[in-house]
Amino acid sequence: MSAVDEKKVNAAGQPDPNWEPNIVGFACNWCTYAGADLAGLSRMQYPPNVKLIRVPCSGRANPQFVLRAFQKGADGVLVAGCHPGDCHYATGNYFTRRRFLLFQRLLEFSGIDPRRFQARWISGAEAPKFRDVVTQMAEEVKALGPNRKLREEL
Amino acid sequence: MKRIGVFVCHCGTNIANTVDCANVAEVAKDFPGVVYSCDYKYMCSEPGQVMIQEAIREHNLDGYVVAACSPRMHEPTFRKCAERAGMNPYMVEQVNIREQCSWVHADKTKGTGKSIDITRMGVAKVAQNEPLFSTTIPVTKRALVIGAGIAGIQAAIDIADAGYPVTLLDREHSMGGKMAQVDKTFPTLDCSACILTPKMVEAAQHPNIEIVTYAEVEAVDGFVGNFDVTIRKKARYVDVNKCTGCGLCSEKCPKKVASEFEMNLGTRKAIYVPFPQAVPNKPVIDAKNCRFLLDGKCGVCKKVCPTGAVDYEQKDEVIVERFGSIVVATGFEQFDISKYEEYGAGRIPDVITGLHLERLMNASGPTMGKIKRPSDGKVPEKIVFIKCVGSRDEAKGRPYCSRACCMYVAKHATLIKEKIPTSKSYIFYMDVRTAGKNYEEFYARTQNEYDAQYIRGRVSKIFQVGDKLIVRGEDSLLGRPVEIEADLVVLAAGMDPQQDAKDLARTLGISYDQHGWFTEAHPKLRPVETHTAGIFLAGACQGPKDIPDSVAQASAAAVKAAGLLSKKELTAEAQTAGCNEAYCSGCGLCVAICPYKAIELKRISERVHGGTRERQVSSVNQGLCQGCGACSVACPSSAMNLKGFSNDQILAEVDALCQR
Repeated sequence: MSAVDEKKVNAAGQPDPNWEPNIVGFACNWCTYAGADLAGLSRMQYPPNVKLIRVPCSGRANPQFVLRAFQKGADGVLVAGCHPGDCHYATGNYFTRRRFLLFQRLLEFSGIDPRRFQARWISGAEAPKFRDVVTQMAEEVKALGPNRKLREEL
Repeated sequence: MKRIGVFVCHCGTNIANTVDCANVAEVAKDFPGVVYSCDYKYMCSEPGQVMIQEAIREHNLDGYVVAACSPRMHEPTFRKCAERAGMNPYMVEQVNIREQCSWVHADKTKGTGKSIDITRMGVAKVAQNEPLFSTTIPVTKRALVIGAGIAGIQAAIDIADAGYPVTLLDREHSMGGKMAQVDKTFPTLDCSACILTPKMVEAAQHPNIEIVTYAEVEAVDGFVGNFDVTIRKKARYVDVNKCTGCGLCSEKCPKKVASEFEMNLGTRKAIYVPFPQAVPNKPVIDAKNCRFLLDGKCGVCKKVCPTGAVDYEQKDEVIVERFGSIVVATGFEQFDISKYEEYGAGRIPDVITGLHLERLMNASGPTMGKIKRPSDGKVPEKIVFIKCVGSRDEAKGRPYCSRACCMYVAKHATLIKEKIPTSKSYIFYMDVRTAGKNYEEFYARTQNEYDAQYIRGRVSKIFQVGDKLIVRGEDSLLGRPVEIEADLVVLAAGMDPQQDAKDLARTLGISYDQHGWFTEAHPKLRPVETHTAGIFLAGACQGPKDIPDSVAQASAAAVKAAGLLSKKELTAEAQTAGCNEAYCSGCGLCVAICPYKAIELKRISERVHGGTRERQVSSVNQGLCQGCGACSVACPSSAMNLKGFSNDQILAEVDALCQR
């Protein structure tokens, strides 16, 4: 792999200063993905750690996908969709909200810092919010260091 | 293993400036399944697309990834491009290296790295893609309009004029809705009946419109283009085909009851037409008050009817009809003022609502247009109006503005001054909202030429002293208490959703907000559509509206409905949910979570150990499914899956992003 093969951890398990977290984002097509596109159109700058997987609705994001991401080595996972009440599919994000609030606590119980897994509401007009959320998350996860819980190779 | 192509776009310099496109294309060659990879200046251009098509043929590609701008922008372009080369359009994935990469990451190394990652993600997804095919569904070229107020009438006329048959349904005896009760309309002060009646007649006489009054929607099955609607036609006890509307029955009927149309300020008979201009102008027997239907005594109407139209044996009739699209125009209810105890509302007879005043001012109303107090029939001299009663009041659960009250109060103050020149109107307000064409000018005239006194502040209490009403409040501009001895108090009651709006919403499978107003598909860009394809909204059922706005929205809904009917057949969404019956346990969790009522359980029989066994499985209606994927997450056995965003596809993407 090219420039990105840099996930190094020193012997003490402390993050290398050059280490960059890898964060998987699930973004609903109608709000958050559109908000991310708007951030691009507005030429906002943010760190490249969060990579979005486009899903029709945040309610399509199965907790299984989040577990798989942590299992395969993601350092953080973001699930983002329309604000409650604004769901393109009427009720999808209500399920997301219930499901992931509970899931975040379950992950915390399993030893995953809640800052590593977040569910956020970002509308198609909220480009600045998208930038702020991904920037903040990248910084927080970087400070936390690589995730070692749930990873299959550990 | 699928044969996958990767096409990296420079988008001129938009991508190429901060992403090393050639490097991305080079690295992509090593991704599993990739047999061809290249970069080009403009993939969406004609030569770019031709290049893709040639590569598809030359390298016998099964699918391809285009790394370019947002799929929200060009996904249809690249899908069509695949189709032209004979590839299934759903074998294409577009990854976003412009909006979500080159434009937001100035560092070329980082931008290139991320581009490679997300291209790998796209390749992993395409490897899991399956060809998808859109199905087509036929369209029944008929529309149903629920609610025959001004919005419903307008929508029906517009759809009928476009050449499609329309059934216009109302649960009341006559068309007309709330507008029929109104005396005059702002800001032009033309009489409501004078502009509404011709519309009602036009609808009734239109060859494409069938009027069904005194009927309710009981059930709605089916989906866009093919709704099967169960309609209950309530018993009128009058054969409308025989009745000529002569009115002899109402004249002779001995039973008098308070008239709902007159807001209980006047009376009607037990067999009656709600108002003189009613359409259809055929009476109905009110079974709760008819002496014959209650005790079997009387029967006068049957005796006097010259055509023998009265039929005490008539029963409700339930019919099922198929419609291609539905316009919902069920309107509003006036807020129930008795929730304002401090105003004596509902207790003091001279504390009335705007709609009561409309009837008192109307020439065919209970007072023949003379404004008289309900308590003693005295002509009022001092009239107090209180605005925002049941609007913008969090404490009463009505935080929203009812939009029409500011204007109708100004209209009332103007008309009262015209009818009683010696009178004086005092109007308590919170803000005056007159956002509409010629509205602000009307409000200014009310103040300047009709001498209405606007007092900013809330009223805290109203009580009776002798035959006067003492209105105690505050002038918040002067910062001191005010007390007015009034003869009549008019509460500008706001708009409430119909009490049973939520039931209708559930029947139709559309959504409503916390108050009960029906929710539009998008507050700005899809204001007349609902989330259920084929069902549209018109008028105040979607939120408080005045007449001009209701009519405008009705015409908009009519265009949407007629546009749908104009199609030979509808293309159903290809990226829909599907059930793997082998895995399905028939638990029904997906049925409950589906916002479109697209899933139902069906029985299948299968051969097990030489015998046949029957069991339940889920079945998705492709016409109704909008592809949200909620069911696929709810499904405990992963039997339910969303085509185009399947579990395997998304997991492949996750794996690809994590593998570096």
